[in-house]
Amino acid sequence: MSGVFSPTRAKIKERTLRTDKWWLEPAITFGVLFSFIIYATFRAFEGANYYKDHLISPFYSPCLSEACVPEATIFGWTPVSAEIFNFALSPALIILIFPLGFRMTCYYYRKAYYRAFWLSPPACAVAEPHTKYTGETRAPLILQNAHRWFFYAGLLFNVILTYDAVISFKNVEGQWGHMSVGSLVLVASSTLLWFYSLSCHTCRHTVGGRLKHFSAHPIRYKLWSWVSVLNHKHQQFAWYSLAAVAFADIYVRQVATGAWTNFYFF
Amino acid sequence: MARKLNLRIWRGDATDGGLKDVQVDVNEGEVVLDVIHRVQATQMGDLAVRWNCKAGKCGSCSMEINGKPRLACMTQVASFEEGETITVTPLRAFPVIKDLVTDVSFNYKKAMEIPAYAPPADLKPGEARMEQVDVERSQEFRKCIECFLCQDVCHVVRDHEENKKSFAGPRFFIRIAELDMHPLDILKNRKRTAQEEHGLGMCNITKCCTEVCPEHIKITDNAIIPMKERVVDIKYDPARMFAGLLKREKRS
Repeated sequence: MSGVFSPTRAKIKERTLRTDKWWLEPAITFGVLFSFIIYATFRAFEGANYYKDHLISPFYSPCLSEACVPEATIFGWTPVSAEIFNFALSPALIILIFPLGFRMTCYYYRKAYYRAFWLSPPACAVAEPHTKYTGETRAPLILQNAHRWFFYAGLLFNVILTYDAVISFKNVEGQWGHMSVGSLVLVASSTLLWFYSLSCHTCRHTVGGRLKHFSAHPIRYKLWSWVSVLNHKHQQFAWYSLAAVAFADIYVRQVATGAWTNFYFF
Repeated sequence: MARKLNLRIWRGDATDGGLKDVQVDVNEGEVVLDVIHRVQATQMGDLAVRWNCKAGKCGSCSMEINGKPRLACMTQVASFEEGETITVTPLRAFPVIKDLVTDVSFNYKKAMEIPAYAPPADLKPGEARMEQVDVERSQEFRKCIECFLCQDVCHVVRDHEENKKSFAGPRFFIRIAELDMHPLDILKNRKRTAQEEHGLGMCNITKCCTEVCPEHIKITDNAIIPMKERVVDIKYDPARMFAGLLKREKRS
């Protein structure tokens, strides 16, 4: 018997005496994240319907495989073979580790999925079901310390997805100066990704949080102050950007399959 | 005007105990500690409860109210539904002594393990000067009233008694952060010891400490995560790894 049922502690048989709906938040988190995982897995393996008329799905950008639609590549650069060990590799599978790794190691998502998926703990002051706990001190969870690596990779991805959003301001014939619903969707998606990245705790630390003397580094202190303002909303940006990326992919897919028509404003 | 309140109070000691139902008068504006005192005065003369300032500043009356770690003196009875039974228990992460009083000496032992503020040797008393921007970050952590609600709710020790020997807990992570961010503190190894001796790596950022803090200290965002990032600086930072700095540091 360990934890709240340890011999020296108050003898209370309930795992929690909370009377509020403490299970609601982890249940919703589980539902939303699990749905996203199912959809993202399906899309990552689909290997099609990711490009149409200068719109590219964020799940497939940058498109680095020889299997990529030529228009979806960055200046035709395809360094990765279409097949690995005779297995046709979807272009998404090559790159998804980076955004996935960034979110998996994100300090906000850690809270969300440790609570919702691993029940460690399911909610505050609700006893967890595990008999042992070592936290993030051993493999595999010690890899959470790689968040900074994924943060830098994520910034590069944001640049590329912003480039994709700019490219979407072309019409079907490839002429600049046109805007469609798809352009708005990609701009919203890339903008929210920037907010998500810039509000990240690692970003806050990197720009100034690591300092001991703010007064000796006034510019970095200012940057830290700005990022701190964004950081207060990191949880919201995490969800908004996830929803925006998922919707951008759905939109591009629907347009690519012909189910939806990409309406041009001008 | 007084009304009747249904209260369930845990009574007992380390050997045995249970929840006892009582009905007690409650007046408008009263807090849970008021009604506990009324129970003590009128129905349970030997009820043990630790309290002191009744103003949310001494951190003595920490207990669990309807399962949530809270200060009894800062919990308004009116915040519960009328007719709702309020359950009051001792902190469930610490050994119980009697009724609502627990043995929180674990925290004092952990406090002694944190090396004290270490100013430069040539800095004489009265000579220390700091600018406001440098003070602000640490000042947030100095608001701590040592109620130990964060320690109580932290599942690392609450749900795993065996972790107490290797985990200092959120209250002491803010102490380490406060010192590591202090411009005049010269102790170099606070980051490494935070990770390797005080169990910073065991924290999985579920933010319960922040949720229960009566002083609204952003324990996770402003202390624990920054300390984890400082540990990354010295142990896992990609740029430093590529530069080979880690190896050089280890040698030195």
